[in-house]
Amino acid sequence: MLSVTDLTKTYPSTEGPVDVLRAVSLAVNGGESVALTGESGSGKSTLLHLIGGLDRPDSGEIRLMGQEISALGDAARARLRRDRVGLVFQQFNLVPSLTVAQNIALQARLAGRVDTRWIADLTERLGLAGLGARYPEQLSGGQQQRVAIGRTLANRPALILADEPTGNLDEETGDAVLSLMLGLAQTTGAALIMATHSQRLAQRFSRRIHVRRGRLEAA
Amino acid sequence: MPAFLTLLSHWRRHPGQLATLILGLALATALWSGVQAINEEARQSYARAAATLGANGYERLEAPGGGPVRREDYIALRRAGWLVSPVIRGRMDIGGESWRVMGVEPLTAPPDTLPRTNERGEVDPSAFLTGAGQAFVADGTEIDPDRRISLEFIPHPDVAPGLILTDIAVAERMLGQSDPTFLILLPDQPAGLPDLASVTDLVRVQAESGEDLSRLTDSFHLNLTAFGFLSFAVGLFIVHATIGLAFEQRRPVFRTLRAIGLPLSRLITALVVEVTLIALLAGAIGVMLGYLVAAALLPDVAGTLRSLYGAEIAGALAFRPLWAGVGLGIALVGAWLSAAQALWKVARMPLLAAAQPRAWAMASARSMRGQAVAGAALLAVSLATAVFGTGLVMGFLCLGALLLGAALLLPGALSLALRGIAARLHGPLAEWVIADTRQQLPGLSLALMALLLALAANIGVSTMVGSFRLTFLGWLDQRLVSELYVTAADNDEAAEIRAFLAPMTDATLPIAQTETRVEGRPVSVYGIVDHATYRDHWPLLETIPDVWERLSQGAVVLVNEQMARGKGLSLGDPVRLAPDLSLPVGGVYSDYGNPTGQAIVSLDLLERHFAPIDQSRTAVRIDPEQRQTVIAAIEAAFDLPEGAVVDQESVKRASIRVFEQTFRVTGALNILTLGVAGFALLASLMTLSTMRLPQVAPLWALGETRARLARIEVVKTLALVVLTWGVALPVGLALAWVLLAVVNVEAFGWRLPMQVFPRDWLWLLSLSMFSSTLAAGYPALGLLRTPPSQLLKVFSNER
Amino acid sequence: MNVRVFLVAIFWANQALTQGFSGLGTEAEGFAVPDPDYRISFPQDHGPHPDFRIEWWYMTATLQGADGRDYGVQWTLFRSAMAPGDVEGWQSPQVWMGHAAVTSADQHRFAERLARGGIGQAGVVSEPFQAFIDDWRMAGIEEMQLIARGDDFAYDLSLSAQGPLVLQGVEGFSVKSPDGQASHYFSLPFYEVTGTLSLPEGVVEVTGDGWLDREWSSQPLSEDQEGWDWFSLQFDNGARLMGFELRGSETDFTAATWIDADGIATPFEDGDIRATPLQTTAFEGREIPTTWRVELPGRNVDVTVEALNPRAWMGVSFPYWEGPVTVSGSHSGRGYLEMTGY
Repeated sequence: MLSVTDLTKTYPSTEGPVDVLRAVSLAVNGGESVALTGESGSGKSTLLHLIGGLDRPDSGEIRLMGQEISALGDAARARLRRDRVGLVFQQFNLVPSLTVAQNIALQARLAGRVDTRWIADLTERLGLAGLGARYPEQLSGGQQQRVAIGRTLANRPALILADEPTGNLDEETGDAVLSLMLGLAQTTGAALIMATHSQRLAQRFSRRIHVRRGRLEAA
Repeated sequence: MPAFLTLLSHWRRHPGQLATLILGLALATALWSGVQAINEEARQSYARAAATLGANGYERLEAPGGGPVRREDYIALRRAGWLVSPVIRGRMDIGGESWRVMGVEPLTAPPDTLPRTNERGEVDPSAFLTGAGQAFVADGTEIDPDRRISLEFIPHPDVAPGLILTDIAVAERMLGQSDPTFLILLPDQPAGLPDLASVTDLVRVQAESGEDLSRLTDSFHLNLTAFGFLSFAVGLFIVHATIGLAFEQRRPVFRTLRAIGLPLSRLITALVVEVTLIALLAGAIGVMLGYLVAAALLPDVAGTLRSLYGAEIAGALAFRPLWAGVGLGIALVGAWLSAAQALWKVARMPLLAAAQPRAWAMASARSMRGQAVAGAALLAVSLATAVFGTGLVMGFLCLGALLLGAALLLPGALSLALRGIAARLHGPLAEWVIADTRQQLPGLSLALMALLLALAANIGVSTMVGSFRLTFLGWLDQRLVSELYVTAADNDEAAEIRAFLAPMTDATLPIAQTETRVEGRPVSVYGIVDHATYRDHWPLLETIPDVWERLSQGAVVLVNEQMARGKGLSLGDPVRLAPDLSLPVGGVYSDYGNPTGQAIVSLDLLERHFAPIDQSRTAVRIDPEQRQTVIAAIEAAFDLPEGAVVDQESVKRASIRVFEQTFRVTGALNILTLGVAGFALLASLMTLSTMRLPQVAPLWALGETRARLARIEVVKTLALVVLTWGVALPVGLALAWVLLAVVNVEAFGWRLPMQVFPRDWLWLLSLSMFSSTLAAGYPALGLLRTPPSQLLKVFSNER
Repeated sequence: MNVRVFLVAIFWANQALTQGFSGLGTEAEGFAVPDPDYRISFPQDHGPHPDFRIEWWYMTATLQGADGRDYGVQWTLFRSAMAPGDVEGWQSPQVWMGHAAVTSADQHRFAERLARGGIGQAGVVSEPFQAFIDDWRMAGIEEMQLIARGDDFAYDLSLSAQGPLVLQGVEGFSVKSPDGQASHYFSLPFYEVTGTLSLPEGVVEVTGDGWLDREWSSQPLSEDQEGWDWFSLQFDNGARLMGFELRGSETDFTAATWIDADGIATPFEDGDIRATPLQTTAFEGREIPTTWRVELPGRNVDVTVEALNPRAWMGVSFPYWEGPVTVSGSHSGRGYLEMTGY
């Protein structure tokens, strides 16, 4: 479903270019859950961004469902994200002027495939029932992250990319959010790749990959 | 569509911001389009005056040295086969108002000089041609009955306002002039005529086409337009600031939308559509407001144009779809301009950039330096145009560069001033206050620049008007020395009145006057007798020695400042007043408020060289104590209508009334502009206040009360406003100088000494302090009411 | 007779139209009225009569050009007073109107001039005689110069009176209706004409016959008279016939004068002359009779009168038809026809 081959990315910095990713290769099957662990700056986030089409690699190939995405233009990559990929961020990134219900439905509506029953079911499972009319600022951090997960899953993505989604949450809430995410990914058959610095959370994934100085190591 | 609705949802959550944006844009559009509506109405009036009924739209023949055309010349031309038609034209005061009288000869005039019929079909040609007389006037015209004329006035839509269009025989009776002022040269002439030059020495003059009026009033309209643009610019400051804020606040949303699959091009399209929709809504409101502004100001503008230039414009405003379209267009362009920078930023925003809302419009020290350099360059341009430029457009360029340059320099100047204050202050709180104010400065600078523009314009214009007023009053005292002014029905009655008054007064001075043209431009020529009244009081600016003696000998002419400046005349330069009368300039006198050239010669010369002269008015010098007695005596001896005898005081009052009316529009626009600037400040403070919590919360945590913090907020704003006022003061005075020494000279033809009015400045300071207290008070009140939990949130998450 | 159009309201055409020719039938308030006892005398009666409302100096001429074509020329000066009497200057109540035309079989060119009295732009002087408006002139009686100019024509003619002056009606008192409306009317019907016409095609030398009518009145039409048909015919045998028919809403009124070749005039009364339209020409929505049968049984006259140019329409401030005609039948000759009120 996802195959990454010889991916290289270099960022400029004040001390000269930094090789963030060095010839990284990776294959992920549908329904698989993969934890990317590693230090801050090891290249986890960059890998996620490249797979999500938010950024372009310097070299290498990313094939998502058979499509080479690093060659696509901005609009095509945006369409791919909209239709196939779900992104969950540490900062939740909700739209403050939309209600919880509107935020959850946003990506599905952008993609033009709103499944009302699925969204209602999802909202129920995320424990957000009854909060639909509230605005994000009226929710706790855990609730906001659940809204963000709901927004991603409402669209039934084939691939969920999560970048430290529990980083802003306390341990208990983080565990609950992760359970939801893993469960829902399984329900929808989506592949899940999550970057985390927590070995404890990584234990719950079917595969664990350690990122060290831009290279992957099986953990 | 979901993306667009998501963008719009921002405004639903921030209705105040939306209101600010719409109101700002609507106000800007309103003032601009209001001014345009007034200008357009005036232009239409001028065009009507030239192109509608009456004889102005035709090529004409005039006497070579000005003055009337002899009737024999007219007959000679007709008998030679040339198709020409005589017109007697002049002005007449009826019911205290000055009317243009145009007498045409219907039998020979081109058909479109007179209405074919009025709306009710009640034009009686034989009544028009003879009898008591009929005259056409503009629709809606009201003329007070006057005993000197018994005319039937017929309103007609195609007659220009202020014009009495009648038969030549009626005009002859009204104006006491039997020789035509000019001849219309009909466009189609028979074949085989003798050369015009072999028949007559009259000169061909092109059709008027309203150019005289346009030229005269250009400066006034340019003035209005400048004000309109100033207001529009101030309004755009608001719009730019609000759009910038709205975009900054939504940066995370833009990023999220793109992350979840919205292509950049569609995001930009949605934002452009959003700005366009808002601009259309605001533009529509603005155009409606503009119409109201114009309708409210138009009567004053009409008064101004009449008293300054003798130009008649209709008092009612017509709604023109084209104008409304242009108003909407300018709102759109303004909004797009204001949004361009923000859109550019969105387009270039990297998808992975930190999504934190940066402080709104946080200008770096570097951009402030750049602004300062640009400002200094503009000031240099302003100075250069003031020194080297000529002409009205250059005058306004000078003004524009001055204002814009000063505005751009303002943030830097304020920053410097704050640094200077900080150096003198001690104590941690004071240091924090100054540091925090400087940090706030970039966010407030646009609003403060708008305030600077408005304050400077206010100071400049009120200094100009005030200087004008003082000078004008002094000049009136000088010029209006006679105790009584008597208007008779005609020259003969005036002579009888003078004879009657001679034994009981110190002097009776005929006011003898005629109209002529010098180098194609209209000039009034007055004839005076030798009397101390003139010698002691006439406001001469420049003079040769013994000018009054030389004048009474008929050796020199006095000209007013307008004429001297307009024709570049200096003492001793010859002026050709009539074909057979050319005199050197013996003196130049100030003549404020008069749009046209004026010349004074000895009465004797006037009578000899100008055939019909109006001597129906008389100035009377008496012991002021005797005033009532003499008035009673005149009224007993002569059957004079009301208003025929006026005393000096009434004339002064009337003159001052005209003066006040002249500047009422300027005053009104001034206040409106200041209002818009105040609103800009309020809008900026309101939006800034929403970002103030993170800055204020630490102070609160450190132990300052909310009340004290709120007070500090107000004081900081006041400090900025006072500093801005301090910068506006010299800018405003510079503005006044440019208005008085450059623009007025070009526009009106006279130069006034500049005077300063510190009391006005203080009043303006207190006004702006009051309004900024209001503006800062509301957000401060919000701070006061912020629950501690809200302040705590600053520490618990980063919003 | 020449009861001809003249309108006060010439410069408001629509006003004039609503009033029509009946405007000439309005009351003669303050104006002098024609007097049967008045005896015409000269030179003063060549000059104007400002106390009467209307007056005209009316020359028509039938001409042959050196180019072999027939021409007709008209020169008319009308005087109309808005009040009796005259004053010098713009206040004068007198209004003058000149009409001039040159007509050929296929062209009709005309021009109009208007002038206010009292200022010397138009007028008539009796001794030496001159009638003028602008640069148009009729100067002299026995030997006359006649000049006029339009946009596309001009003429300069010399006329010489070959026969006597003829008083129309009774001693120049010409009755116009059974109600007693009348005018003072005399003619000079025996002018010999030479001169030039300046036309866009070139200058044409012409010779022919001229007929001058002089008439003044204050109320020449009765209330119900709407227009008239007027004939001035010059027969090849040297005799002249003037005849008119005033068309009333109830009855028509006719009059005629037979003038022998030696100038002896015989007036005829109402009903003695008959004019019957034979053929009409449509012009600007009007049907205008341009071929007539004219009968004067008292002189065995039964002729067909046919317009040289049926489109001789005077499209002036107040339009009418005026043009040269050819005469055939019991008598042959040429003449002029004027028709108003159609």
